[in-house]
Amino acid sequence: MTKLTINLGDKATIKSSDIILLFNALRSAGYSVIGPTIREGTIVYEELTSIDDLPVGWTDEQEGGSYRLKKRSDNAFFGYNVGPHSWKKFLFPPSLRLWNARKNGNNFQILPENNDTPKFAFIGVRACELHAMAVQDKVFMNGTYIDPVYKSRREHAFIVAVNCGQAGNTCFCTSMKTGPKVTSGYDLSLTEIIQDEIHYFLVEVGSEIGAEILNQIPHESAENKDIESADRIVEETAKNMGRTLDTNNLKELLYNNYDNPRWDDVANRCLSCSNCTMVCPTCFCTTVEDVTDLKGENSERWRKWDSCFTVDFSYIHGGSIRSTVRSRYRQWLTHKLATWIDQFGSSGCVGCGRCITWCPVAIDLTEEVSIIRLSNNNSESLSSDKSDFREKHNH
Amino acid sequence: MAHTLDNEFINPNSQIKSPPDKDPMLPCLFSVEQVKKETHDTFTFYLSPCENKISFPFQPGQFNMLYIFGNGEVPISISGNPSDEDRLVHTVRLVGPVTRAMKNLKRGDVLGVRGPFGNSWPVYEAIGNDVIVVAGGIGLAPLRPVLYKLLSQRDKYGKIVLLYGTRTPEDILFKRELEQLRSRFDLEVHVTVDRAQQSWKGNVGVVTRLIHKATFDPLNSIAVVCGPEVMMRFTALELEKHGVPSDRIYISMERNMKCAIGFCGHCQLGQTFICKDGPVFRYDFMHTYLTKREI
Ligand SMILES: Cc1cc2nc3c(=O)[nH]c(=O)nc-3n(C[C@H](O)[C@H](O)[C@H](O)COP(=O)(O)OP(=O)(O)OC[C@H]3O[C@@H](n4cnc5c(N)ncnc54)[C@H](O)[C@@H]3O)c2cc1C
Ligand code: SF4
Ligand code: SF4
Ligand code: FES
Repeated sequence: MTKLTINLGDKATIKSSDIILLFNALRSAGYSVIGPTIREGTIVYEELTSIDDLPVGWTDEQEGGSYRLKKRSDNAFFGYNVGPHSWKKFLFPPSLRLWNARKNGNNFQILPENNDTPKFAFIGVRACELHAMAVQDKVFMNGTYIDPVYKSRREHAFIVAVNCGQAGNTCFCTSMKTGPKVTSGYDLSLTEIIQDEIHYFLVEVGSEIGAEILNQIPHESAENKDIESADRIVEETAKNMGRTLDTNNLKELLYNNYDNPRWDDVANRCLSCSNCTMVCPTCFCTTVEDVTDLKGENSERWRKWDSCFTVDFSYIHGGSIRSTVRSRYRQWLTHKLATWIDQFGSSGCVGCGRCITWCPVAIDLTEEVSIIRLSNNNSESLSSDKSDFREKHNH
Repeated sequence: MAHTLDNEFINPNSQIKSPPDKDPMLPCLFSVEQVKKETHDTFTFYLSPCENKISFPFQPGQFNMLYIFGNGEVPISISGNPSDEDRLVHTVRLVGPVTRAMKNLKRGDVLGVRGPFGNSWPVYEAIGNDVIVVAGGIGLAPLRPVLYKLLSQRDKYGKIVLLYGTRTPEDILFKRELEQLRSRFDLEVHVTVDRAQQSWKGNVGVVTRLIHKATFDPLNSIAVVCGPEVMMRFTALELEKHGVPSDRIYISMERNMKCAIGFCGHCQLGQTFICKDGPVFRYDFMHTYLTKREI
């Protein structure tokens, strides 16, 4: 096998059997390798001890409220779509000790955490997931304040992206313009190509470190036919999205529909269980908890993932602002698809479909939005003077 | 249109951007210098930094996160004089676990402080204008720094009016100071209570009823309003009736806060984060939200 020097922006191919060497190279570069693996019937992201942990030959079947693993007819490494986990659990830990306070008479001291930065290599990051990271980057690194834990983990992470070879039934990344093709934000990106008896990867190099790693493993420079095959795979995926979402004037649509009766309808179905927010790769809300020892001498402050679906979330003295399920679902959806754009300059939804698959009662945001759009259009054509009123009202 | 998150709509010139050089979730320690009981449920705390030589500049309207050992952390506005950078003053109404734990704080006790956070009341924008300060209940505390600031540069402003409403005469905050302010000739002060015994000689009724008593030039005024949401809404409506344009009325919003730095998501109100885009907002921007429930 030839070994040639590869540079940023180059394309190469590696044999599927050499994937193990990519693992080894990353591990010897000091990364802890995180990737997909099967746990209790789902594909989740965890630290991998060997490439045998990968869900080789497995795929998933997803629908609103359902997820099932199924054997594939081939030995694809990445032949599945996104599962209940997202990479945020590594960059933005579900629970994190912020500091520890130690009492000393009527005085106390605050001891900061010495958070060593783990060096993660993420294997199998999809295009929508890269966009989700970019969305969280804006929250945690682009404002006046910076989250030091997120920032250091993020900056040290090595990303092996994968172009999706199939679309899930709940996917709609093409609508959100976040996939299925990986376009930026990766160190290496893979397209898995299985043709007849040949199984290999087209590799694109997205960074200098990516080139360094790839140079340690056997590869060949990609030929046009490899690139064409890879392109065709992604094009095919794009054509097979299970869901679509019309994003045209979506922000305005939701701002004008705070009182749409559809919110009552969804409130009758929604269990306010928070699943959708936990699985969403962009949701970033947290709460803090103080854990004090029995003697009352030590008190730790923890930060934990929180959800706008809990009643306490909006509690202020006297009661919760959003005490009804109607208002909480409306808050979540309107935040994801509308207010997020004003807050951070992009949608808070990357079209990964997780919230649809993992909702126990199969509530589907794409469906909710299209019904709101329909009723909005109907009511607009019924009373043409309504927009007039609204303009004045808003002023 | 009120749906763009333009700085212009929030509070021009008063967005304070000062990235701290340390972990923004880590409190600084302050010790209690003095505790002053204002009313049966409201206390003012005077704090000084445990480490010497920390000065604490702030703008009127900004708030801190106060941490009580083992109890939790809550947002509390700064109620002191902005020209006094050596000590911090907070006025707190005891309502729940964290604020009630503050009642036990004594001289020498230590608490954690993160801040100052948020934007400020439009004290610079108001230069050359009449200023109408309207406070309801504990809402007087976040507005006190405005009064200090205005009075320290009295000649820069036109008429200054303070309208204050609270539940009963016993609930009046900063009583002594209010008396002093009342005796000034360059300031108009009106106080009202919701209910009182016969011995109360002052106004009874909601604070909005004081507006017609005050003299100001509505088109050349800036109004700053702080109190419960309904009080702010009705005050703004009444001010508008008296000719004050809605873009000259400012209010301060409250929401649950767990971080004060734009990370926890709790303080969201529509497209704003109260902790970083507010807490002070122009009424013409905020009023669409005030008229909707559970946003
Ligand atoms: C920007 C801002 C400035 C404030 N300034 C003052 C002030 O100067 N003086 C004063 O007395 N109070 C002020 N408050 C209100 C004060 O934060 C609450 O009264 C306090 O959080 C109540 O906490 P608790 O644990 O005692 O009571 P509980 O009502 O039991 O609250 C439990 C928790 O809910 C949250 N919470 C409850 N009420 C509020 C609230 N109104 N705002 C935000 N979070 C809340 C807190 O996380 C609190 O720990 C301010 C609030 C905000 C948002
Ligand atoms: S809202 Fe749903 S589809 Fe959109 S990014 Fe979050 S989990 Fe994925
Ligand atoms: S939409 Fe579904 S997943 Fe989200 S809170 Fe409601 S029931 Fe749970
Ligand atoms: S208080 Fe946490 S985001 Fe505003």
